[in-house]
Amino acid sequence: MSGATETVSAGSARTARYFIYAALIVLALVYLLPLYVMLTTSLKSLDEIRGGDMLALPKDPSVAAWVKAWGEACIGVSCVGIKGYFWNSLKMVVPAVAISTLLGALNGYVLTKWRFPGHKIVFGMMLFACFIPFQAVLIPMARLLGAAGLSNSTAGLVFVHVVYGLGFTTLFFRNYYEAFPDELVKAAMIDGAGFFRIFWRIMLPTSGPIIVVTVIYQFTNIWNDFLFGVSFSSGEASPMTVALNNLVSSSTGVKEYNVDMAAAVFAALPTLFVYVVAGRYFVRGLMAGAVKG
Amino acid sequence: MSFLEIKNLRKKIGSVEILKGIDISLEKGGFLVLVGPSGCGKSTLLNAIAGLLPPSSGDIVIDGQVVTDLHPSKRDIAMVFQSYALYPNMTVEENIAFALEMRGVDKAARATAVAQVAKTLQIEHLLKRRPSQLSGGQRQRVAMGRALVRQPRVFLFDEPLSNLDAKLRVEVRAEIKSLHQNTNATIVYVTHDQIEAMTLATKIVVLKEGVVQQVGTPAEIYNRPANLFVADFMGSPAMNMLKGRAVVGGIALFGKDGVIVPIPPSVTGSLTEGKEVILGLRPEAITDESLADQTARSVARIEAAVTMIEPTGSDTFVTGKIDGASFTARTRADVPVELGQNFRFAFNLDKAVVFDPESGRRLD
Amino acid sequence: MTTIEPVPVVSPERPRRSFADGLRNGLPKLVLAPSFAIILVFVYGFILWTVYLSFTTSKMMPIYRWGGFDAYFRLWSQPNWYVAMQNLAIFGVLYIGICIAIGLFIAILMDQRIRAEGVLRPIFLYPMALSFVVTGTAWKWFLNPGLGLENTMHNLGWASFKFDWLVNPNMAIYTVVIAGVWQASGFVMAMFLAGLRGIDGEMIKAAQIDGASTVAIYRRIIIPLLRPVFLSAFIVLAHMAIKSYDLVIALTGGGPGNATELPSTFMYSYTFNRNQMAVGSASAVMMLMGITAIIVPYLYSELREKNQ
Repeated sequence: MSGATETVSAGSARTARYFIYAALIVLALVYLLPLYVMLTTSLKSLDEIRGGDMLALPKDPSVAAWVKAWGEACIGVSCVGIKGYFWNSLKMVVPAVAISTLLGALNGYVLTKWRFPGHKIVFGMMLFACFIPFQAVLIPMARLLGAAGLSNSTAGLVFVHVVYGLGFTTLFFRNYYEAFPDELVKAAMIDGAGFFRIFWRIMLPTSGPIIVVTVIYQFTNIWNDFLFGVSFSSGEASPMTVALNNLVSSSTGVKEYNVDMAAAVFAALPTLFVYVVAGRYFVRGLMAGAVKG
Repeated sequence: MSFLEIKNLRKKIGSVEILKGIDISLEKGGFLVLVGPSGCGKSTLLNAIAGLLPPSSGDIVIDGQVVTDLHPSKRDIAMVFQSYALYPNMTVEENIAFALEMRGVDKAARATAVAQVAKTLQIEHLLKRRPSQLSGGQRQRVAMGRALVRQPRVFLFDEPLSNLDAKLRVEVRAEIKSLHQNTNATIVYVTHDQIEAMTLATKIVVLKEGVVQQVGTPAEIYNRPANLFVADFMGSPAMNMLKGRAVVGGIALFGKDGVIVPIPPSVTGSLTEGKEVILGLRPEAITDESLADQTARSVARIEAAVTMIEPTGSDTFVTGKIDGASFTARTRADVPVELGQNFRFAFNLDKAVVFDPESGRRLD
Repeated sequence: MTTIEPVPVVSPERPRRSFADGLRNGLPKLVLAPSFAIILVFVYGFILWTVYLSFTTSKMMPIYRWGGFDAYFRLWSQPNWYVAMQNLAIFGVLYIGICIAIGLFIAILMDQRIRAEGVLRPIFLYPMALSFVVTGTAWKWFLNPGLGLENTMHNLGWASFKFDWLVNPNMAIYTVVIAGVWQASGFVMAMFLAGLRGIDGEMIKAAQIDGASTVAIYRRIIIPLLRPVFLSAFIVLAHMAIKSYDLVIALTGGGPGNATELPSTFMYSYTFNRNQMAVGSASAVMMLMGITAIIVPYLYSELREKNQ
């Protein structure tokens, strides 16, 4: 719906449009400001930061802080930068996203095309699992990971993220497959394809959009997670977000704001990259997660 | 010996009985049309024949083999769906070949079979396209190709024309008819469109609320409907249903000041005097005098007020009214008639049927 | 909607189904079973475990000795918990209210056939792609009393400008609101924009012909039609508000003092830092109850509508 302004006379309509554009531009600048400050600060020297203006462009842009954040900054007692944590996050995200997406696709397929009595309750319980505050499972999970020898390991975090991402991935695929015509499945059954053949040959090849949405959603959520990371890992096994927080909130030594900001940029880069490359799907994913059922 | 046999088939979903004991048999090469209003159970019945929906009780026999519990793929049937159900991720060629591939037919044999079917249906130029690049009519043809390539024992069609526009529907209908005549395939076809049922079928089954109302050839169904429901459902405009009463020497229509018409020849038994009846007469059996069937044995000429005139181009439908009772007549296109005028209609009672208003059944 | 149901029990005279057929019928359930078992154990089982812990006397480690409602009494006698609840109320109301107001405002502006929509929309939305920890870090720097906004304003010549909310115990919670709104309002905008785009244009034309002004059209027709979006936005934001942990940790660390304590930070610190696991569990149970009270009616109505 658009164009509700058409009945207004030409002159006032033009004024209104100027106002609209002005308001939008100001708002856009406000939204961009923190990112701008983060980037410019990371390119400044510490002296310039202390003496200068936060909003000013760097006088002598340098990537020294980035280099330091990546390879030398001290997190806790070790001073090897954040690169190790960056890889930790990546090693955690990739398998967790892959496994939870595949399971979600299979679950959605069963819950829409191979219904059985009680399928609604099963789905309802999986759906509610999306919403629980993770604080309510934190202690038992910590105990379990400890008992299984998985605490402080990437495998443990992968497991946790698969478990608590399943509800969402199932929801996405269920809603997508719900709109997928039953007749196609019936036709394939008559043609002689079985459960898995229908899935691999008919369902998955037509699931491109929802796979992209799910992968982006899971990638963003898991990469950005902090609570599980801080609860179930420590030291060098931590994911990126935990390391960033440790770096920024450490009170030892001189506060290097430019290094903090560079580290924050590194932490933001993967998700921002995904957002820029596939923003359309990103929004759709958020919406799919938001407008449930 | 019948080729397809359905014996006392019942289907319950939850507490609702969708099919209430269906018995149908079809000879080899027959074209069976299941027709009825939406919710009558015709699609459920077709799905049960396909094996997509297991029945609660009863049996389905194809060529002497009980297939009731067989998986759809093992029944040797093919189905054309209302939405065509073409696999969107495959080309036309792959769509048609998919069932053969699933059955382990080797690549060369698949290609030959696909080429042959494509030639029959004249879709050779479409083979490399995807379903999304096809028009509705083309998709329909591909869907038929997918069924044909299998050379199954029975073809099932689920409202295959309902997604086409009116003109295309007539064309494809004719194609299906000639396909049947040329291949002598055994077909079960579901539709809610009574014209499709009439034009295509060798045998029509009229269903209502999970019960078979009548089984018969198109002519039987049209001319001798078993009950009021069938009479009303088949034919457009609908059959005129005139309330009457059996009197000495005939049936009194249109109340006190009405007319007495002779008992139609379709009634062979006798009618108790004073019995309320319903006289069913198709619009084409009521016409202007000049068009009246000269060979008819029993024609009643009745004058009535004209309340509506609907020209269709080829004919004109004229609505007449006597004592509150309306009827529709099918007259010449250029019949000299005006609104409000009293007009003499010719009722061809040879074509009339009589129903019992209580049971709704036709009286013989 | 056709469902594929299990084949009923075979009567004796019919051909017996093979083992393969039986497997085929059970296969879908077999595929779903692991996921369902995982959810059952690690969500519902663990919730029960946490509930149980909240009725024990656990301190640093779980102790399975029955303590009755002791942990709940202790929870509700903690001044800290009251601070957390109060902060959640302030944060929740402002965060949800402002996000919806700004989101709707920008969405309406964006819906006026804006030429640069493709450029603007990603700008409003990108904060949603960031981790709360990144957001917190950025805003912590931006609002830094010595070097951030305050200093900038001083440099610009506004010497009396004072902005010390980040370190002012009375105001710190509002910095969490600011950062939270910055992150989520663009997403709320996108939800409203989708809602606006879904409104039937003919209805608006009809209203224009009826002589309604633009403002009247929005007030009387469009905004009432967006009710479901308001509801969805509320649910999503309320859920995020109750769960939010990372933002506070990264921005204020729960401080100064306990000025920005939220139930989520309370739960974590009591469980893992202060060795009061039973109290921590009790607070987690309270959080779960809060979210359940909001989510369950919503899910119930959504799922029921879908089925009609």
